[in-house]
Amino acid sequence: MNIIQGLYYTKDHDWVKVEGEKAYIGITQYAENKLGKIVYVELPEIDDEFAASEDYAVIESVKAATDCHMPITGKVVEVNEEVVDEPELLNADPFKNWMIAIEISDQSDLESLMDSKQYEDLCNELCSKCKG
Amino acid sequence: MAELKKTSLYEAHERYGGNIVDFAGWALSVEFEGLTEEHEAVRKAAGLFDVSHMGEVEVKGSQAFDFVQNLITNDASVLEDNQVLYTLMCYPHGGVVDDLLVYKFAKDDILLVINASNIEKDYEWMKKNIGDYDVKLTNVSDNVSQIALQGPAAQKILQKLADTDLSDIGFFRCKRDVNVGGAKCLVSRTGYTGEDGFEIYLENGDATAVWDKVMEAGKEHGIKPVGLGARDTLRFEAALPLYGNELSEDITPLEAGLGFFVKLDKPNFIGKEVLVKQKQEGLKRKIVGFEMEGKGIPRHGYDVFADGKQIGFVTTGYYSPSLKKNIGLAMVDIEYSTLETPIEIKVRKRNVKARVISKKFYTKNYNKNTKTKK
Repeated sequence: MNIIQGLYYTKDHDWVKVEGEKAYIGITQYAENKLGKIVYVELPEIDDEFAASEDYAVIESVKAATDCHMPITGKVVEVNEEVVDEPELLNADPFKNWMIAIEISDQSDLESLMDSKQYEDLCNELCSKCKG
Repeated sequence: MAELKKTSLYEAHERYGGNIVDFAGWALSVEFEGLTEEHEAVRKAAGLFDVSHMGEVEVKGSQAFDFVQNLITNDASVLEDNQVLYTLMCYPHGGVVDDLLVYKFAKDDILLVINASNIEKDYEWMKKNIGDYDVKLTNVSDNVSQIALQGPAAQKILQKLADTDLSDIGFFRCKRDVNVGGAKCLVSRTGYTGEDGFEIYLENGDATAVWDKVMEAGKEHGIKPVGLGARDTLRFEAALPLYGNELSEDITPLEAGLGFFVKLDKPNFIGKEVLVKQKQEGLKRKIVGFEMEGKGIPRHGYDVFADGKQIGFVTTGYYSPSLKKNIGLAMVDIEYSTLETPIEIKVRKRNVKARVISKKFYTKNYNKNTKTKK
């Protein structure tokens, strides 16, 4: 399981990469793996504002539609149209292929997220439960 | 998952890396390697399914045949011994109790195979309709395991293990006491995927050994264990109905497009009056196929719109792994049911354009020429 150091993570298997006031958001390899082949991605519009834990996007695999929850509060400043056009990019490299970038409303939100070590522990715990 | 019921193959699900979920109270794998890979294996090679959660009811006695004829919409009188019939059973109001397979071994010895989520309801319904028929019903669901081997390579694989020439078992025919890898099995050329294949009924204690032997025998043919996810996409592409989606007590078989399995000229069966009337008066709604034209994947339960009003609901929808398109089945008002009619599917907050197409999404690859091919 690939986990990248220096990113923030959520228990819903999103990653957050902070660049100053801005944060890129995507899904982890664990999430991608769980979802299976991704065939459709619906992203918000630029300037949409979301509170932490609000639904901001939908990822559909062959199996089902899954809502993505906002890791932290913020305003959308960029959306990655590439993953809308080619949803399978999320399967191919979920860390490279971000979904949206936001303007962070409150930097202290980041304290509620996990670091890579904590996230790795979570994945290991889940894997031992479900046997991968 | 302590409270979930486990099939006798539970250990095999774990061993083969199944992602185990709660399905109608049963602990079963939704997928093993992945839905798409499993789906393709069944279409191109072979897949093995644990369907032990399905229910089986034995019907025995001098009037077993008459009892079944009254219960079901299809006509069992066409059956020779060891032939299998797909049918529905209805309530007097025409809604569907369940869809089922009828295995006729003899006039006084019949096996009914029913859906897992309906076992108790169906068994009560059957008992309620015994009336004066000289018949004995036994729910043997807990004593019977079932595995389904489906796909173009199914026969080659099973033949390595079976003591019977499988080409003797024709489409929707069955044979009892077939020795499969040392276990005594009931084998039928039936399935729920649109491919050639077999359903194998056996004692719980034999299930794991036979499963492992079939997996081993199928290795060189590319066999994969298949979970419930691909089971649903496979049956959907072949437009085979699922109870709870295309069928329910609020949907009649005629509305579901299953009129072929309703023989209205049969002397009597439960629900006949209402269905005859519905046929005479014409349907007010029916299930159609549709293809998305805009972006979005239709899902079970989504609303269908046209002319600014709701005209129906999606019964099943998917990104089809074989066709690589977003398609679905929907129950719509009859005036919107002709081919090429523009409709809209409400995907979350947006209405997305779609159009009515034939339900024959995928051409079934049944093997109906077994006897002549021998």
